[in-house]
Amino acid sequence: MPINIVTAHGLTKDYGPLRAVEGVDFTITQGECFGFLGPNGAGKTTVMRIISCFMPPTSGEVKVFGMNVVESPSRIKARIGVMPQDSNLDPDLSVFENLLVYSRYFDIPKKKAAPLAWELLDFVEMREKARAKIESLSGGMKHRLLLARSLVNNPELLVLDEPTTGLDPHSRHAVWDKLKDLMARDTTLLLTTHYMEEAEKLCDRVAIMDLGKIVTIDSPLRLMDMHGGTLEHVYLKLTGRHLET
Amino acid sequence: MKLKRAFRVWQRNFTVYTKLYKSSIALNFVEPALYLVALGFGLGAFVKEINGVPYINFIAPGIIASSSMFAAIYECTYGTYVRMTYQKTFDAILATPVNLNDLVAGELMWGATKSMLYGTIIMVVISLFGLVDSPALILAIPVLFLSGLIFAEVSLIAVATVPGIDTFNYFYTLLMTPMFLFSGIFFPLENLPPVVARIAFFTPLYHLVNICRSFSSGRIWAGMGDLAWIVVVAMVLAPYPFRLMRRRIIK
Repeated sequence: MPINIVTAHGLTKDYGPLRAVEGVDFTITQGECFGFLGPNGAGKTTVMRIISCFMPPTSGEVKVFGMNVVESPSRIKARIGVMPQDSNLDPDLSVFENLLVYSRYFDIPKKKAAPLAWELLDFVEMREKARAKIESLSGGMKHRLLLARSLVNNPELLVLDEPTTGLDPHSRHAVWDKLKDLMARDTTLLLTTHYMEEAEKLCDRVAIMDLGKIVTIDSPLRLMDMHGGTLEHVYLKLTGRHLET
Repeated sequence: MKLKRAFRVWQRNFTVYTKLYKSSIALNFVEPALYLVALGFGLGAFVKEINGVPYINFIAPGIIASSSMFAAIYECTYGTYVRMTYQKTFDAILATPVNLNDLVAGELMWGATKSMLYGTIIMVVISLFGLVDSPALILAIPVLFLSGLIFAEVSLIAVATVPGIDTFNYFYTLLMTPMFLFSGIFFPLENLPPVVARIAFFTPLYHLVNICRSFSSGRIWAGMGDLAWIVVVAMVLAPYPFRLMRRRIIK
């Protein structure tokens, strides 16, 4: 019996008069890589922000590790890592200090934080950049550092919002390799993407989202079997629209 | 809200400050020193005494109050706004066990700390100039933290409600500058039309100036009414930064 990491029932989110997510249900189990696939405005980021306890749902119930996101945000957040879509690295601090200061928010003692920061910099192959300023980093390096930072608390669930958007193919593959390493260590991954290739390469299951609703949830392989061709075809067939637009 | 998590936010700002203070601290010295020299000596050559006190001695305690005020409001208007919007520092922090209330509390405590720190530095400087009559002025240091809390609260309320960073110009020109000029730092308000003193009564700087001035002349009890005002207002304002920042950040 697989352990449920995230469960959502009837999840709905309104921004004023706009309904961003409408009555969504899904379950994410331990160790899988689950992807939300859809174009901009489909409601993917909203779902991620609710799971990572950044904002409450308008209605419905979301539980992470069996705890309600509205009732126990701190206890949930202590066990998840979040990699945002845009860099929110601290430009007032160096690369190394970014990791140190971030680990303080998780109450990681200073003695453990410094070796941990080196370990994470090694993981993303940025040891030589430890003293660098954030503004001097390339887009790909910022992404890798964001990934390293999201791992300071050794998260059981890693939430990645468009982890490779805006990256060149080389940097994209570098991020994918790191994510595969994490999957091999049994970390549960939750990601949003609008790249078919990314979903095919990484995800065990994908939820195809359109206009705030989940159209279908299945493994990329089965979806391609059922609807033919690539995930791109699947998306077009299920929603009547192209993904990249 | 948890104090420890709020402290983590305070600690982040402190870490950054210890890296950058060399470039900012000198500027914070220059302005109060300019007021003291230009007005204390310049205007002081014409206005010999106010209420029996040499003019430069009259304004010196008020400069402590205004420096401490400007330290908190610069930090908690421009500083906080930049962290919230351009740098997205708040987004990063909120992905950790730190919640919004912890974050707001940390920013408020940091503003109050900076207010106390800068007021204290100016206090040391004017003491070295021999402009302080009583060591009782030391007792004003914790008061600077409390009044700093008010300035931080007002600033965060502004941050939560301004449409953009340019709007702070209004905040400074229409609120802070008049408060600075009519707080009793440069001239006693008693000689002006009574409406001025009545308006000044509702501003925190006026009370802080009274406290600094009475403490620096050793008349501690004379500042107790003003201290009560500061304690009450700091508490009354406290819920608003939390409420308004929540509305601003979490949709």
